[in-house]
Amino acid sequence: MAEKIKIAQYWGAGCGGCDVALLDIDAKILDVHAIAEVVFWPIGFDGKLHDIENMPDKSITVSFYNGAIRNSENEHVAKVLRQKSVIMISFGSCACYGGTPGLANVTNKQEVFQTVYKDTQSTDNAAGVMPLTHSKVKEGELELPEFYDTVKTLDEVVDVDYFMPGCPPTVNLIAMAVDAVAQHVTKGTPLPPKGAVIASDKTLCDECKRERVEKGRKIERIYQAYEITPDPKKCLLDQGIICIGPATRAGCGAMCPNAQMPCRGCMGPTKGVMEQGASMLSALSSLLGMTDSEAGLSEESIMNIMLQVKDPLGTFYAFTLPKSLLKRTVTEKKKKKTVT
Amino acid sequence: MSTDAAHKSASQGGNGGDEHFEPRILVFCCNWCSYAGADLAGVSRLQMPPYFRVIRTMCSARVDPEFIMRAFQKGADGVLVAGCHPADCHYIGGNYRTRRRMALMKVLLQQFGFDPDRLRLEWVSAGEGEKFQKTIIEFTNTIKELGVSPMKGGE
Ligand code: SF4
Ligand code: SF4
Ligand code: SF4
Ligand code: FES
Repeated sequence: MAEKIKIAQYWGAGCGGCDVALLDIDAKILDVHAIAEVVFWPIGFDGKLHDIENMPDKSITVSFYNGAIRNSENEHVAKVLRQKSVIMISFGSCACYGGTPGLANVTNKQEVFQTVYKDTQSTDNAAGVMPLTHSKVKEGELELPEFYDTVKTLDEVVDVDYFMPGCPPTVNLIAMAVDAVAQHVTKGTPLPPKGAVIASDKTLCDECKRERVEKGRKIERIYQAYEITPDPKKCLLDQGIICIGPATRAGCGAMCPNAQMPCRGCMGPTKGVMEQGASMLSALSSLLGMTDSEAGLSEESIMNIMLQVKDPLGTFYAFTLPKSLLKRTVTEKKKKKTVT
Repeated sequence: MSTDAAHKSASQGGNGGDEHFEPRILVFCCNWCSYAGADLAGVSRLQMPPYFRVIRTMCSARVDPEFIMRAFQKGADGVLVAGCHPADCHYIGGNYRTRRRMALMKVLLQQFGFDPDRLRLEWVSAGEGEKFQKTIIEFTNTIKELGVSPMKGGE
C-alpha cells in the first residue's frame, strides 16, 4: 500500500466534544488508521505547531477544524492548517456557524472580561488582574493570544472545502466523510463539490417521525419543555413546544425529537437559507395564536401573543449567531424605546 | 399637506444635531393594496421626504424576515412594511402572518441592539394615498430622531 496520507485535527473555541466525536465512529477508526497518519491533534497527543509550520504546503491531506474563532491563536492555527492542507473541513457547529461560543456575540470582550475576572462570585481578584497579550515578568516577556470582541466562523478567516455541521456531527455523517476521503485516496473516487455540506439537503421535519397536523395547523400557546408531558407520537411544535426542526437541516436523524426533546437547531439552516433564526421566526409566526376572528385582533394583542417567545435571539440563533446576517449585536447611540 | 409643510415636518425631527442626516429607508409594499396606495400618493402629487425606496412584493407576507435582516445588515436606517388592512389581504391571511412576524421581529431587533422603532408595519389600502404620505413623513421623522443606523455609526 502506498504511503499513508496525513490528517490533522484541531480545536478552536469549542468544548472538546467534536474531538471525541471522531473517536465515536468505532471500528471505522481502523479504516482511518489503515490509510492515515495523524500528524497533529492537540487533545490526543503532544504535537508542536512549529513542526506543522515547517511542513511543506499541502502536505496534509485533510484537516478537521472544530471550534469557532474566538482569539488570535484560533485564527493563526486555522491559517497554518489551511496552508498545509489539501482539504480543510469545518467540523461541527462551532466551526461552521459559531455554535454555543458564538452566543457571546451578544456581548463583547470588555464585558466578558468584567464578568469572568471581576464579577463572578467565585472570583477573588482584588488586584484586578486582567489578561494582557504581552506582559513583562522577571524571566522575560509572556504572550497570550488576543481575545476578540466578536466570535467568527472558520470560513470567515480561511477558505473551507467542506462543512460538517452538528454539535457534534453524528457518527453517520462522520463515517460518510471518512468514507468519501478513503474512497478518494484508495480508488480515486471524486470528492463532493467544494463547499458541500456533509449532511442532508432536507429539512429536519422531513426526517422526523412525529406526526404533524396536516391541515389548519396552529399553536394555541407556547409551553416550555418541562411544563407539559408531550404526546410521544405527535409533533412537538404542534403541541406548543418550540422545536427548530422546520428551520434546521436534516442529517442527525432527528435525534432530539426522538428523545422527547425539541430540536435546538444544531445542524444549522436548511439549504439555500442564510438565516436560520429568521426562518424559524417565520415558521412560528405562521402558526402561533391563529384564531378564526383574526381581523378583530388588535396590534397589542398580537404583540402579547408573540411575547410568549421569551428570547427569540437565544432560541432561534442558539447555534448560528456569528453566521447570521448581523453576526453580533450593535449599540444605538441613543436608546429610545423598548418593546415589552 | 402642502409641499412646504411636508418637507418642513420631515426635516424638523430633532435629529440629534446631525442636520445633514439623509436616512436610507426601505419600504416594502404589497402589490394589491399598499403599492397602489403609494402610487396614488405619487399621482396625486402628495409631497414626501425623498429618503425612501419602495420594493413591491406580491403580499406583505412575502417579506421574509431575512429580507429585513439583510436591509439592516446593508445599513438601512429604517424598514417599513406596508400591506392590506386586516381582512383585505388578496391572499386571505397573508397579513395575519406578517403582523405576527413583525411583532416578533421588533423584539428580535431589539435584542440585536436596534431601537425597535426602526421597523414599522402599516396598513395602507389602494385608496389611502394620504395615509401613505402621512406614514412616510412620520416614519422619516422617527428615523431622523433615532439617527444613523448603529450598523454604520454605532459601535
Ligand atoms: S460543535 Fe458542539 S461538540 Fe463540537 S466543539 Fe462545538 S460545542 Fe463542542
Ligand atoms: S417541528 Fe420538531 S417535532 Fe415537529 S416534525 Fe419538525 S422536527 Fe419533528
Ligand atoms: S434534533 Fe436538532 S438539536 Fe438535536 S441533534 Fe438534530 S439538529 Fe441538533
Ligand atoms: S396582498 Fe396585501 S397584505 Fe397580502
